[in-house]
Amino acid sequence: MSQAKAAETKVTPRRPKETGVPDPFPYMHPLLKKNYGKWAWHDRPRPGVLHHVAESGDEVWTVRAGTQRQMDVYTIRKLCDIGDRFAEGHVRFTTRSNIEFMVSSFDKVPALIQNLQAEGFPVGGTGNSVSMISHTQGWLHCDIPGTDASGVVKSLMDMLHTEFVKEEMPNRVRITTSCCQVNCGGQGDIAINVQYTKPPRINHDLVANVCERPAVVARCPVAAIRPAMVNGKPSLEVDEKKCVCCGACYPPCPPMQINGPDSTKLAIWVGGKHSNARSRPTFHKLVVANLPNNPPRWPEVEEVVRKILYAYKKNAKDWERMGEWIERIGWPRFFELTELAFTKHHLDTWVGARHTMNMSAHVHF
Amino acid sequence: MSAAEDRATTAAGPTVPSWPAFVLGMMTSDKGTAMSKDDKIGAAKHVTPHLDQLEGGPWPSFVTGLKRLRDSKGKQYAPMMNDLLGQLEHSYTNRLGYWKGGTVSVFGYGGGIIPRFSEVADKFPASKEFHTLRVQPPAGYHYSTEVLRKLCDIWEEHGSGLIAFHGQSGDIMFQGCTTENTQKAFDALNEIGFDLGGAGPALRTSTSCVGHARCEMSCYDEVKAHRSVLNKFVDEIHRPALPYKFKFKFSGCGNDCVNAIHRADFAVIGTWRDDMKVDQEEVKAYVGAVGRKYAIDHVIAMCPTRALSLNDDNTLEVDNKACVRCMHCLNVMPKALRPGDDKGASILVGGKRALKVGDLMGTMMVPFMRLQTEEDYEALVELAGKMLEFFGENALEHERIGETIDRIGLPAFLEAVGIEPDPNMVRHPRTSCYVRTDDFTEEAEKYFERKKFERAAKKPPVAKAAE
Repeated sequence: MSQAKAAETKVTPRRPKETGVPDPFPYMHPLLKKNYGKWAWHDRPRPGVLHHVAESGDEVWTVRAGTQRQMDVYTIRKLCDIGDRFAEGHVRFTTRSNIEFMVSSFDKVPALIQNLQAEGFPVGGTGNSVSMISHTQGWLHCDIPGTDASGVVKSLMDMLHTEFVKEEMPNRVRITTSCCQVNCGGQGDIAINVQYTKPPRINHDLVANVCERPAVVARCPVAAIRPAMVNGKPSLEVDEKKCVCCGACYPPCPPMQINGPDSTKLAIWVGGKHSNARSRPTFHKLVVANLPNNPPRWPEVEEVVRKILYAYKKNAKDWERMGEWIERIGWPRFFELTELAFTKHHLDTWVGARHTMNMSAHVHF
Repeated sequence: MSAAEDRATTAAGPTVPSWPAFVLGMMTSDKGTAMSKDDKIGAAKHVTPHLDQLEGGPWPSFVTGLKRLRDSKGKQYAPMMNDLLGQLEHSYTNRLGYWKGGTVSVFGYGGGIIPRFSEVADKFPASKEFHTLRVQPPAGYHYSTEVLRKLCDIWEEHGSGLIAFHGQSGDIMFQGCTTENTQKAFDALNEIGFDLGGAGPALRTSTSCVGHARCEMSCYDEVKAHRSVLNKFVDEIHRPALPYKFKFKFSGCGNDCVNAIHRADFAVIGTWRDDMKVDQEEVKAYVGAVGRKYAIDHVIAMCPTRALSLNDDNTLEVDNKACVRCMHCLNVMPKALRPGDDKGASILVGGKRALKVGDLMGTMMVPFMRLQTEEDYEALVELAGKMLEFFGENALEHERIGETIDRIGLPAFLEAVGIEPDPNMVRHPRTSCYVRTDDFTEEAEKYFERKKFERAAKKPPVAKAAE
């Protein structure tokens, strides 16, 4: 549209108000606002309920419930109705997409719990429970997913529901899933991540028009991609002996398709930890690869997760996180207890790999 | 069927490209969409045998939610959600994704919308555009039911009715909007005080833990830190101009509930530098309740620096010089132990996930930054600005700041941002002898000077302006 024409039709686009991060205080529960920065201690009267006491003597009870994260407006309004009828009109969400209702009296807690449960929202996720799985986008919305996210999470949380509503784990368990090796789900005590198994398949007809070739070459962590003429067209080729099938070339160059219905697999990693409590934060470590990407319920993944989780529950000491438990018992015992295989693929080959090796005579028998 | 073959068979003819965003951008100006707002679900409901299996079980089902939207009679999003379910079922059947990116933005901004165009729009035309608006949440994720209802109303009018609380970026994800409605949805959200978050090579949306609002472990005002830093650099969020993404995250203590050390380029982790507070009567009560053996095995012996000892009278002895503020004993005995009074934060820089050099955790850059007065928070914002500026000017394209630091070495980075070396930055000093040390003596003198100055000021090292 020409400027003159735009002026004629009086199109004046609305300028955004660049307000940035909204102020939470207008939305915050009055007791949280009143005692902001002045809390004294807390305890947990039952799984799913936190009880915080302020220096002023004020008390607030929080009821935590699981959600499906990807919520339709009807679900959100239902949660609002519960919040208005049985809580005090203020909620917050946790990092792991649980919703929390704050109330000023313990008397309100039973009815709140009952109504949440009646509407299908599990109450739990506190203390030493298995909380909601950290959630990515998957086939529902991502442009590079190897699998779905919501479906994997739903399937696993159906199984883990019993551990979400109780606090019977040695310490908290944080599970994550990721639909590609970018790993938006992050580090976890147990992480279920897509692991590609084949180099990208290249549509050479499209590369020249779609991809900024030098940028794609630069993106490869192992320098396996180089410019090439293919069928008379400028394209890219991959040295498949070097390729580690990470998928890094796929986002900047979609004609380098990394996903395949049978070559996109799932791997399970354990021992990631964000907290600084006791041991330093850690990255998760590979334990199983090559599990099938098997919607709608991924039973093979569920089985391995169950094995690992219950070996941990049975054998770890109180307050040991997954990785700390394994550090104590040793990796040989871990693979024994979980009945999983240790292979050459567990030996790190990336930069710094030597630091992951056992540089000592310490051996677990 | 391979993905390429599948795309070939589903493309609606030679004029429909498989990928290019710029071409798709032009396509979206077509007015001939299959359904208008007034249409009811023209096509029959897609059958979804795979997705149907995700409706059973005790956990809330997103599929049931999607179907509720599909079955909303007279709602503008019902046809879109029917086709969305169809496409998702198609993914479940073929085990492939069918979205591609493109370019969609709102007036005045360069980022914040995640464009999604369907590659199988011929089969599922009503959801051919299904963009996400990334919207920054209130710090600490607090909402009134009133504002949640307003968000729902806006999204019901302009979008799909599907909202995620929250994405891994920390944003509220308003998922599913046509190109045409994106501006309308944003305008409505912006009018009630919400703003877009970051996407692409830009400053990204941040998160902060519940902190001061409801946690006795909290060592600084997370809302103030989060809003002061992010809102100072709001331009960097809305107009992507950095080499790559840059993320701040704010956790009130070492429990790091927002996963900052792993996930943030700039992690602010609450801590304190005086002694932790011990209520010995509560310690005795705890030991009395769990028994001495349990207390010794699970509190004393689990201290990573052997800073704790249980006295014969069941009181606790704490070696505060050995304590590293890991939070374990405070977590286990929240009634007995609390952080000290001289509070602030540690700053760790450089966390990220695998691409491209492999995982990096943030590493300690400022061991203690007091966060108590207005000036303290201004100093935090100043340090944040310095890091962003350094990143903008020195990082290579698609390089995170942790990778930049690895590339140039920590000494060069410290010099550039005006931070002095500190033994808290390392697990141990270097083990490699490959270093030139001819100015070691001068550097040592500088160190002793700093220590003298710090002792005089009773102030541990904090970032100083590099000039």
